[in-house]
Amino acid sequence: MTNVINVPPSLDDVTFEQVLEQIVPLPADAKILVDARHTRWASPFGLTALLTLAQSRGERPSFASPEAEDTVSYWTRAGFFEHAAELFEIVGNAPRRKSTSESDVLLEITPIAKSDDVHEVVGRIQQKAQHILTRELNLDAKATMGFAMTLSEACQNIVEHAGRGGWVAVQTYRWTKRLGRRVVVIAVCDAGVGFRQSLESAPGRPKSDRWDDAMALEEAVVRGVSRFRDPGRGQGLAGVRRYVGRWDGKLSVRSGTARIAIVPTWDDDVALKENLPQFPGAQMQITIPERAAGVR
Amino acid sequence: MINHIDLSTVLRRTVCDLYSNLVTRPTGAAVRNAIETQLAELGGRTVTVIDFSNVGLLDFSCADEVVAKLLLPYCADRPPRDAYFVFRGMSETHLDALEYVLERHRLALVLQGAGGTPSIVGAVSDTERRTWDAVLLLGTASRGDVARAASVTDEEVDALLTALARRRLVMRLDDLWVAVGAPL
Repeated sequence: MTNVINVPPSLDDVTFEQVLEQIVPLPADAKILVDARHTRWASPFGLTALLTLAQSRGERPSFASPEAEDTVSYWTRAGFFEHAAELFEIVGNAPRRKSTSESDVLLEITPIAKSDDVHEVVGRIQQKAQHILTRELNLDAKATMGFAMTLSEACQNIVEHAGRGGWVAVQTYRWTKRLGRRVVVIAVCDAGVGFRQSLESAPGRPKSDRWDDAMALEEAVVRGVSRFRDPGRGQGLAGVRRYVGRWDGKLSVRSGTARIAIVPTWDDDVALKENLPQFPGAQMQITIPERAAGVR
Repeated sequence: MINHIDLSTVLRRTVCDLYSNLVTRPTGAAVRNAIETQLAELGGRTVTVIDFSNVGLLDFSCADEVVAKLLLPYCADRPPRDAYFVFRGMSETHLDALEYVLERHRLALVLQGAGGTPSIVGAVSDTERRTWDAVLLLGTASRGDVARAASVTDEEVDALLTALARRRLVMRLDDLWVAVGAPL
């Protein structure tokens, strides 16, 4: 029997939980059809998380593409179908080849598995980021290099800790509902071991009564703890946090059953969510908003 | 002996000839190993100028691998050799990553700015900075001269100069002191 998993009309880091809630009761090898026919929009997080979802399944899932042409067109430009075809049985016709016209996507969905992949995405983002960050988001020119550094560190989290490949995507869009301004969003998702298991592998790690996904996220994201004894480790996520703080951005990291967020004043998200549906690996989202006029 | 290392050349030679960004730990470790190999071939006291001029991006992980892990053994009780370092060609964004890493390890280094004037960056106290500035200003100086110029006591200046020497920021020439990076 195939279990139909409905994708909400708008798919982002928040609504992706609805997808997971439908999957959690099913065994890992259950046959599923991810039904995105009625989906009209997806954030970079939504798209990369869908690929991660497919990676996490024992049985190759099926995928029903959005019916709306403009949605399919955007998902194609974002590189979704190119990778989805490797992971899902696509139901119906879905374009696999990217449009040849200049893409409005800042960084198409890109697999990250090794250090060379990080060099590749950093090189590609630098070409496009400067114009978009300074002209469209009114950010200081200095923000461009910091943005590439942040992207690099976020991707390295996969290479260093996940134990399997993941995905990165970057896009700008107008976030009308929450902010009424443009944002640039980095999504980095993997279906690897996740923060808790990664930290558990640290040699000589002291045991504590309370140890779960939420605590692992607090240690890694807030306290800069790493599974490596090397005191230089843990600087990557700390650097991401610093960049996000400087540009009034938001960082959220989901792993296992918990999600932690560094929440700016313009957002009303909670700092820590626990008892979420179990999902392997780590899923990170970094949101940098357009600089309001007059703010320096 | 003064030795010059262009980091972008090392990066291209050791990792990939298409790369211009110092990102990721494996890249940083490969570049640091290449620098250490070059240093091992040199004997005696050396000053190595590490040039970032043609490096695009430097991320935190790579700054930690290339700079912090290069400096740490030289600031330990038994440094591998009598080597000193001057960093050159660093942009504001390079410094952003570097200062964070230096602070985390309580390290400091000599930076040569665009005009050629050296300065120290990283984890240094106000008194250490004042002492280092005094040594730089004086050129080659005795401990007494440094104490007067830095407005510290003779007892304090011994401890300060010893600490700065241990951190490879000043070097001792018999009874005189000179700031690393000072024009000789």
